[in-house]
Amino acid sequence: MTSLNEQQGGQPQGDPTLPGTPFEPEGDVEGLRAGKSSRLGDQIFRGLSVGAGVLVSVIIALIAVFLLAQAIPSLAKNTANFFTYQGEWITTGTELKFGIPQLFYATVVVSVIALILAMPISLGISIFLTEYAPKRLVGPITYTVDLLAAVPSIVYGLWGILVLGPALVPVNEWLVGNLGFLPFFQQPTQVANMSTGGTLLTGGIVLAVMILPIITAVTREVFIQTPKGHREAALALGATKWEVVRVAVLPFGFSGYISGSMLGLGRALGETMALLLIISTAGPMDFNLMESGETFATKIANNAAEFDSPAKTGAYISAGLTLFVLTFVVNAAARAVVTRKK
Amino acid sequence: MTVTVENPGTDPVKTRPAGFVPLSGRRKFGNRAAGALVTAALLIALVPLFWLVITLVARGIGTILDPDWWMSSERYGGAANAIVGTLMQTALAAVISVPLGIFVAIYLVEYSNRKSLLARITTFMVDILSGVPSIVAALFVYAVWRTTLGLPRSGFVVAIALVLLMVPLVVRATEEMLKIVPQDLREASYALGIPKWKTIARVVLPTAMSGIITGVMLAIARVMGESAPVLILVGATRAMNWNPFEGNQQSLPLMMVQQYNNGPSAFDQVWGAALTLVILVAIIYFGAKFVSKAFAPKTS
Repeated sequence: MTSLNEQQGGQPQGDPTLPGTPFEPEGDVEGLRAGKSSRLGDQIFRGLSVGAGVLVSVIIALIAVFLLAQAIPSLAKNTANFFTYQGEWITTGTELKFGIPQLFYATVVVSVIALILAMPISLGISIFLTEYAPKRLVGPITYTVDLLAAVPSIVYGLWGILVLGPALVPVNEWLVGNLGFLPFFQQPTQVANMSTGGTLLTGGIVLAVMILPIITAVTREVFIQTPKGHREAALALGATKWEVVRVAVLPFGFSGYISGSMLGLGRALGETMALLLIISTAGPMDFNLMESGETFATKIANNAAEFDSPAKTGAYISAGLTLFVLTFVVNAAARAVVTRKK
Repeated sequence: MTVTVENPGTDPVKTRPAGFVPLSGRRKFGNRAAGALVTAALLIALVPLFWLVITLVARGIGTILDPDWWMSSERYGGAANAIVGTLMQTALAAVISVPLGIFVAIYLVEYSNRKSLLARITTFMVDILSGVPSIVAALFVYAVWRTTLGLPRSGFVVAIALVLLMVPLVVRATEEMLKIVPQDLREASYALGIPKWKTIARVVLPTAMSGIITGVMLAIARVMGESAPVLILVGATRAMNWNPFEGNQQSLPLMMVQQYNNGPSAFDQVWGAALTLVILVAIIYFGAKFVSKAFAPKTS
């Protein structure tokens, strides 16, 4: 890719250093020699393109500045520790009290559940598509899995709370009844969770469905690129399909699989609407999957209608910034894995 | 892939070629088991899709088959105001972000040499933007528009937030497409003395057009269902508002949240709105697939 871009760096130009060239180009010869174009159209077009690039960067930088400028005053007035305070948020008056540990906990728990569920399934689908599926089926299956990504997240939320949640109620009751000795399946503090199924577990399952297409797309892309040589070498040694996967495809594509999963995780961390409908009441931090909880995103969305004072808005913006940093770190890690591979 | 040759009856002759042994039971089992597992993974993934589609249609179809749903606004039991709002906000976002995104991609692929500081900064910024959760993008816009500038909520503010989410998608799609335009095409054009901008506008972009349009349509489909920005940046209304620059404006995701909060009696409306939203997204999504087929460069 770099070579391609290097090639096109130069403008079309004659070679004026060639000895004995009778050709004398008309117009701005100096400009041609310098590789510049004096044409007005070129200048405008170039200006527009560069301007668009600069504009995007400037807008993002500005926005970051605005966000920080609004978060900092509220953080300064915050009398509680932002990272450890677990009580109710007090965002009016002069003494603010707010903190993020519960939001962080709920966000991470649902995302991790989603990841645990989606990762093996995506891996399976990718292997199926690259190795096992008949050629005719690959297109339609890829397409169908992609369709999962096209469904708006709020529709998933609706389905999660009105269809999947109730369907999971018997499962949840069984888990609490028979595996209640585990910390994950305790009786929740909110009794309603047992009748609606609006639990962290349900949220995680819905998120898993939502991030599945991303992980699958990335993983499949990488698996397809397994060098033919590796594959054929394995086949020549008499490997079965599964052995080809194990000795050639997986070692080659594993880092791509991991980075795809991290992209999925980044998406799961920021998901708002689905979780807003499924789990949006605060819960305790005790590894119980039958509880509900507020994530960064749902907390902000839940209270958005009441942003009235700068102090209040600032408190939520600081939570938003934390979420932003979190997703940024995850996405950057995913990208780093990909770049190292190249 | 072990070869076994069954050759009964010709006894003294070796029954298999030298060196080949039949596949051991363990390996055969491993292969079969892996095949079964990966197929099962696919089937598991398809369960929620079909479940979702069936539920959506079963619960929403009754509501949306009523012509009033499409014709009258929410105040009169329809959803026309939300549909209009959704389409307007998405269209506004597209009008801003499509040219912007395409020009950024042109800059990255055609003008920068990838090593310049600006190019690296731009790529980095687009990367960041593509990872921003929609709620954070909405907060971004809220911080500038509402708190700092003190301007009122409106459909247009939602469109701005959608622009933030859409630009990286457009840039990515266009960039990929421009990169695969053969270098020979550009050089042939330069050799004829065509200026660079005309080469880009008349040769490079048309060659990549089908891919760009597909990418843009997929980006539109993605942001159309974005529901976090509407919660923060615009107020709900049950009346029709044709002006996205002023006043509250409903959209389908917002309508879903509103009606959901009204309790079980309004669930028909919620499912209707969900089905409508999915239908709109599906039209664009399948339209994109059609466009990519119909406008693909002729290969023969």
